[in-house]
Amino acid sequence: MPLQVDVTFTLNGRTTRVGVPVGASALTILRERLDLAGAKLACGEGECGACTVIVDGQSLNSCLMPAVDLEGREVLTVEGLWTDAGIDPVQDAFIEHGAVQCGFCTPGMIMQIRYLLDRNPNMSEDEIRRGLEGNVCRCTGYKKIIDAVIAAGRTATA
Amino acid sequence: MTKIIEKDTIIGKRVRKMDAPDKTTGRTRYVNDMVLPRMLYGKILRTDRVHAKILRIDTEKAKAVPGVHAVLTGADTPDFGIGVLKDNPPLKKDRVRCIRDEIAAVAAESEEACDEALRLITVEYEDLPTVFECEDALKDGAPVIHEERPDNIAMAQHFDHGDIEQGKAESDFIVEGDYNVHYVTHCNMGVSCAVADIDPDGRVTLYSQSQYPFIMKMDIAPSLGMHPGDVRIVQPPVGGAFGSKLDVYPYEPICVLLAKATRRPVKVIFSREEEFIASPTRQPVEFKIKAGMKKDGTLTFREVDTLLNNGGYTSWGATTPYVTMRTITSHYKVPHIHYSAKAVYTNNPFAGSFRGYGNVQATWAIETHMDKMAEIGGFNPIEFRLKNANEPDEITPQGSNLGCIDLVGCLNTAAEKSDFLAKWAKYKDGWDSPERYKRGIGIAASLHNAGGAKIHKSDGCGTIIKMDDYARITVITGASEIGQGIDTVIAQIMAEELGIPMRDVTIVANDTATGPWDVGVHASRTTYIAGKSAQRAAQKAKAQILDAAAKQSNVSADALDLRGGHVVQAEDGVAVMPLDRLLRQMHFAGEAAQLVIQSDYYEPPTESEDENHVGDMSAAYSNAVHVAEVIVDTFTGEVKVETVWSVQDVGRVINLTGLEGQIEGGIAMGLGYALSEDLKIEKGIVKNPFFRDYHLFTAPEMPRIDMTFIETMDSEGPAGAKGIAELPTIVIAPAVGNAVYNATGVRIDHPPVSPEKLARGLFEREQRMRQAAE
Repeated sequence: MPLQVDVTFTLNGRTTRVGVPVGASALTILRERLDLAGAKLACGEGECGACTVIVDGQSLNSCLMPAVDLEGREVLTVEGLWTDAGIDPVQDAFIEHGAVQCGFCTPGMIMQIRYLLDRNPNMSEDEIRRGLEGNVCRCTGYKKIIDAVIAAGRTATA
Repeated sequence: MTKIIEKDTIIGKRVRKMDAPDKTTGRTRYVNDMVLPRMLYGKILRTDRVHAKILRIDTEKAKAVPGVHAVLTGADTPDFGIGVLKDNPPLKKDRVRCIRDEIAAVAAESEEACDEALRLITVEYEDLPTVFECEDALKDGAPVIHEERPDNIAMAQHFDHGDIEQGKAESDFIVEGDYNVHYVTHCNMGVSCAVADIDPDGRVTLYSQSQYPFIMKMDIAPSLGMHPGDVRIVQPPVGGAFGSKLDVYPYEPICVLLAKATRRPVKVIFSREEEFIASPTRQPVEFKIKAGMKKDGTLTFREVDTLLNNGGYTSWGATTPYVTMRTITSHYKVPHIHYSAKAVYTNNPFAGSFRGYGNVQATWAIETHMDKMAEIGGFNPIEFRLKNANEPDEITPQGSNLGCIDLVGCLNTAAEKSDFLAKWAKYKDGWDSPERYKRGIGIAASLHNAGGAKIHKSDGCGTIIKMDDYARITVITGASEIGQGIDTVIAQIMAEELGIPMRDVTIVANDTATGPWDVGVHASRTTYIAGKSAQRAAQKAKAQILDAAAKQSNVSADALDLRGGHVVQAEDGVAVMPLDRLLRQMHFAGEAAQLVIQSDYYEPPTESEDENHVGDMSAAYSNAVHVAEVIVDTFTGEVKVETVWSVQDVGRVINLTGLEGQIEGGIAMGLGYALSEDLKIEKGIVKNPFFRDYHLFTAPEMPRIDMTFIETMDSEGPAGAKGIAELPTIVIAPAVGNAVYNATGVRIDHPPVSPEKLARGLFEREQRMRQAAE
C-alpha cells in the first residue's frame, strides 16, 4: 500500500479530514474518498477543465493537484453551490438558458464561471469566452453557456 | 363561479431540460461515476503491433499480483466475434490486426493492481506484413487481413441509374475532383465505460453507454456464450455519445466475462489516451468524382467512386456508404448516376458510426465539387444550386420521396440573410491584393433523413403511460436519453396532449427490462419516432379520459378537451371538473375501475431498401443550408470563422432552446471537422491521442450563429416536427471550405483546412501567379 497521510481542509464549508495516498490527485480523493462525483475525470492531464474546483478562491484542475496539498485549504465543489439559499445563480442560469446537454463538462464549467464572476460580474462576451478557454464542451457549441454567464452576471449585479 | 381555461400550447416554446437541475448540481451519476458493492476494476492489455501472429501469452506472473481476481485471454472466452461482420473477437487468440487489439484482461481490487498485472503479462509475436492504404490493400499479393475475404474488401455497394454515357454526351462541361476526407473521433467527454453485474442464475445487467440497447442484447450475447434474453442493458446518464455507441465494442463483452469469471461486479473504464486509440473514428473516405453540366447549369450526370479505409475490423463505419449513397443520388436533381463504394481492410484502427453517418463526408465532397462546377459554368454559387435544387414531393432515383422539403426556401433565405452575393463578388476580387487578412463567404446545402432510417426490421418505438390519482403521469419510453433532450420533448408532447404541466410528467427510460422496444438513438430519428409514439399514446389516454368525463358530465366526449389540469368544454373553455378528481373516480369505480394505462408502438411508414438500394427508408427528409463568413490570415494560414448563417427545415419547432442547442453544438463539431480535428494515424499508430494535440473547438473560437428555422409541418412527424440533429454537423464544413476559397482563391480538397495546408496552398498560388506574370 502506498504511504498515506491525513489531510485536514475545509470542504464546501465544513472541516474535513481524510487519509490520502501520497501521489493521489485531489480529484481522486474528492470522487473516491469523499463521494463528490460532481467534478469529472475526463482527461487527467489538465486539458479539458471537467475537474475544475475552486481552491482558496482560485479555480484549478483538480486532476493535477496533489491531494496532500489540500492541507489547510478551502475547497468549493459544485455540490457546495446548493445551499440554504437555494442553488447558485450560475446553476439557475444554466438550467434556464439550455446550457446543459450531456452535462459531463457542466460541473467544471460552472465552477470556472463561479470563479470568473466572483472576480468580475460584468465581463464582456470576449472576456467570458477567453475565461472559458480551458473548459471543453463537446455538445453545446458554448453559445448557451455564454448566455448563461451573462444572465448570471446580471443576477449578481442586480 | 365558472372557471374558463383558454387553449394554450407549449409546442415551439422554450422549456427547461428535464435533467438540467441534477446535472448542474453534480447530482447526476454517470456510468463513469458508478460504484457497486464489491465491485472490481477491469483493464485491458492491448497489443503494440499492428499485424502479427500471437505465439504465446504468459499470464502467470499477472495472476500472482495481490488483489488480482482474474486474468483472461482469448483462450478463456467464447469463440465468437462482434461487430457488423462478426469479425472481431473481443480477446484475440492467435492474431492481431490493428493497434487497438485486445490481448488480455485483468480484474482486480484496484486500478493500480490491474496496471501492475498488465505490466507482467508477456506476449510473443511473429510480425506479419502490413498494409495501410486502400489502394495497396487491393493490389494482388497484398497482405490479407481476414482469410475469409482474400480480396480485403469488407463490404461493397454500388448504385447505377440512367445512362452515364448519355449524361456525358449531353454535358457541355465535365468537372473532375478527388476528395480525401480524414479520420476524426467523437471525443465524448465521458470516456468509454461499462459496469457488469452477474447473478447466480447466469443473468447479467450491463450498465452501458449503449445507444441501441435492445439490439445490443442480441449483438453481445453470442460473444458471452449467453442467451440474449439473459442480458439486461441499463443506460445510466452518459457523457456524450454522438454515434460512438451504436455497436458492441470489445471492452463490453470483456467486462461481462470478467464479472462472470470473478462472480463480482466489474467496471471497465478507459483512460483518455485509450479512448483516442481504441474507440471508433469517423470513416475516412477517398472520393473520385466526375460530374457534368449543360451550359444553362443543368446537371447531367454524377459519377462517384469511393474507397473507405476499413481498418482491421468491421463496425458500422463500413456501412456509412449507404447514407453517402443518398447524397450522391438524391442531393440536387441528377438524371444519370453511378456510385460505388468499397470498404477495404487495412492494419489501421477501424471506424464506427458518428453523427452525420457518411453524409458528413459525402456533403464535403459534393458541395465542394458543386462550388467548382458553378465557377466553371460561370454561375454564382446560389443560382447554380437553385437551378438544380430538389423540389417538394420529388421521388429521387433511389426511391426516396422527399415530401415537404424546402431546399429553395433554405437557399434563398440563407443568401438573403447573409447578403451573400454582394459579399461573394467583393471578396473574390481581393485574391491578389496584398492585405494580410482576407474575408470570404461560402455556402453549402445538404439533404438528410429526418424521419428515421429503416435499416432494421423495425424502425419503431414503444411508449407506455400511466396516470395516477393526482394526475401525475409516468411515461415509459423505449427511447434513449443521451443528453440530447428526448425526455424533455416527450414530456412536452405529453403536457400538450393531456393539458397538464410538464413538471407533472416523469420519464422512465434507458432500461431494457422496463422499456418497450426501440431501435436506438441514431439517424436523427428519436423526436420523430419516439415523439410520435408518445403523442399517439397520449391521444389514446386522452380519448379514454374524455369518454369517462362524458359519462359524468352529459357532454359528448368530442366536445370536451383537457387544459390546465381540468376537463373543459372545448368550445368555450369552461372547466367541467379537475382532472385528478376524474382520475380518482375512474380508479375507484369498483369493478369498472380502470386506471389510465395506455401503450403505443409506432412504426413509421417506410420501407427497407431492396437489393438495388431502392426504397423510401425514411418517413421524412430535410435540408439545411449554411453560409460561413471567414477571415483568413494569409501569413499563417489560420482561418477564423466569424459568422455562420444556419437555415434549416425542422418540420416544426418543439423545444426551441433544445433545437438551438443541437444546431449550435452540431456546428461546433462540424467546424472541428473542417478546421482543427485530425486524428493522425501513421502506419497504423495513433500519433496524437491527447486533447493537446487533437484540437476541439473552444469558446473563444466559436463564431456568431444566426439561425432560421423553416417549418414545413411534416404530416407524419409529432406536431409536424422532423429530425434535426445531424444536419448542422453535415453541412457546415464545406461552407467553410468554400468560404476559404472565396477569400483566397485556394481550394483545400482534403479536410481539415489546417493552417499548414492553407499556408502551403497560398504559397503555391502565389508562385503560379508569379510564373504566369513572367
